[in-house]
Amino acid sequence: MSERFLMKGNEALAEAAIRAGCKHFFGYPITPQTELAAYMSKRMPKIGGTYLQAESELAAANMVLGASAAGVRAMTSSSSPGISLKTEAISYMAGSDVPALIINVQRGGPGLGGIQPSQADYWQATKATGHGDFQILVFAPATVQEMVDLVSDAFDMADKYRMPAMILADGMLGQMMEPVEFKEEGEKVLPEKPWAACGHHNQRKHNVVNSLYLTPQALESLVKERFERYEKIKATEQRASEYLVDDADIVLVAFGASARVAHSAVDMAREQGIKAGLIRPITLWPFPTDCLKKAAQTAKGFLSVEMNMGQMVDDVKLAINCSKPVDFFGRTGGVIPTPQEILDRIIKFGGEL
Amino acid sequence: MKKIIIIYGHYGCGKTNLSLNLAIDLAQKGDKVTIADMDVVNPYFRSGDYTDLLKEYGIDVIASDFSHSNLDLPSLPATMYSIFVREGIVIIDVGGDDAGAYALGRFSSKIKEAGYDAYYVVNGKRTLTTTPSEAAEILREIENASSLPATGVINNTHLQKYTNADVIEEGICFAQETAKLLSLPLVATTYPEEYIEKSKIKAEGKLFPVKVLVKPPFDL
Repeated sequence: MSERFLMKGNEALAEAAIRAGCKHFFGYPITPQTELAAYMSKRMPKIGGTYLQAESELAAANMVLGASAAGVRAMTSSSSPGISLKTEAISYMAGSDVPALIINVQRGGPGLGGIQPSQADYWQATKATGHGDFQILVFAPATVQEMVDLVSDAFDMADKYRMPAMILADGMLGQMMEPVEFKEEGEKVLPEKPWAACGHHNQRKHNVVNSLYLTPQALESLVKERFERYEKIKATEQRASEYLVDDADIVLVAFGASARVAHSAVDMAREQGIKAGLIRPITLWPFPTDCLKKAAQTAKGFLSVEMNMGQMVDDVKLAINCSKPVDFFGRTGGVIPTPQEILDRIIKFGGEL
Repeated sequence: MKKIIIIYGHYGCGKTNLSLNLAIDLAQKGDKVTIADMDVVNPYFRSGDYTDLLKEYGIDVIASDFSHSNLDLPSLPATMYSIFVREGIVIIDVGGDDAGAYALGRFSSKIKEAGYDAYYVVNGKRTLTTTPSEAAEILREIENASSLPATGVINNTHLQKYTNADVIEEGICFAQETAKLLSLPLVATTYPEEYIEKSKIKAEGKLFPVKVLVKPPFDL
């Protein structure tokens, strides 16, 4: 039987990656993510892996591109301003059909912003982690245990669909400590990567991993093939968790840390006889539209709760085809909303419905 | 009890929560108490963030001027030197591991002159310090960085909501072995009141109840 231990979110992300077969970490320190890199620096040498602190965030992300192109599981991690610097390489990874894991432990922005927790990189993660026509897989854990579970899934799905995956966490989840359990799986068997540029040994043709295409037609057809893959992902890989949604008049929609606060607010509302529920998207891309569509058949309205200025609101509206009113409550700049603030908004919104 | 009490240990072993509980306990017994937040490593979950709560008990707080701000500055306020002239008891809440303990080292000679107790806080359920030898190794690093040898071990083993009698009792065995390895006394064992009743713990030694004060702001 496996045993529970107390881990910080950042440490759990690192340990989970190692257990998922990642032996190559390239990073650069930034608050509030630094413990992840620090943990990797202690553990990687002990398991014969690579820990490398690069000269910059961009360099680290390009090292991930190189390692992944050679067929190994590789990852990098940072916090908001650092992720912006990595976006060039993420676009190259997507353009080269290379799997990789990128972790963003979000802090307040824009610019240098602050060091307190935030969810203000939702747009960046789900719409534009770089230039060009592409998407990446985005996972939003809400507990330290879920961080562990999603790291493994993110690596597997990145390999399956040959695309980058991101864990979108925040400073609070990265810094807080909770009990976690690692499933005893033994040595992880990783999938074959016949496309990898890892030496042909005169046994096969050269593999080329590249994002440059010499004719517009070749590039167009490749991008179109990629978007067919995205459609398949949207149809099969949506994930969300539901809490008291079935009979709810007001359905809160929240991910990550703000979902934890929203959960408490739903409990407070129920105590007052208000029928509130919560949908917590676990995949932010693909966005769990099916779950929201279903809830829209019975709910009177939706309240998006975020640690930003309302970046997820449009996705909620699109998911339900604007069939019900969608309200928003959020705090930003590094401020975490309180359950009471959210309850007040539920009451106000309920009065308007 | 000595005038200066140092609380140090591994990251996330519960130093700040223990410091707050100890300060409140002493203040309720009538002592004049000051908490000195000497954590310059981690900008999250520091005792300086609990100033309002501590004030309710008449506890003074010395913390970075930039505590709970967006400035990630590893600096201490000049008022830190007032720990040597204050009345009553001063609890120094140190940052994690040797990295956190370097800030304490700067005051080591004056602290030795004044007299102190330094408690090494251990949690047997905290990853990277789950064996007595791992825990002992981290204390050696902390002592090297701070130049202030420990005078006792405090067992703070818990597993948040999964804390039960087994966890506490296993923790006591772990802490006793750790203390033996370090040739130090095991001063006390904490137990989180909201998860376990004292009557369920069958163990010898001093038990100290703690409230869970350091936690994320999600839960009711």
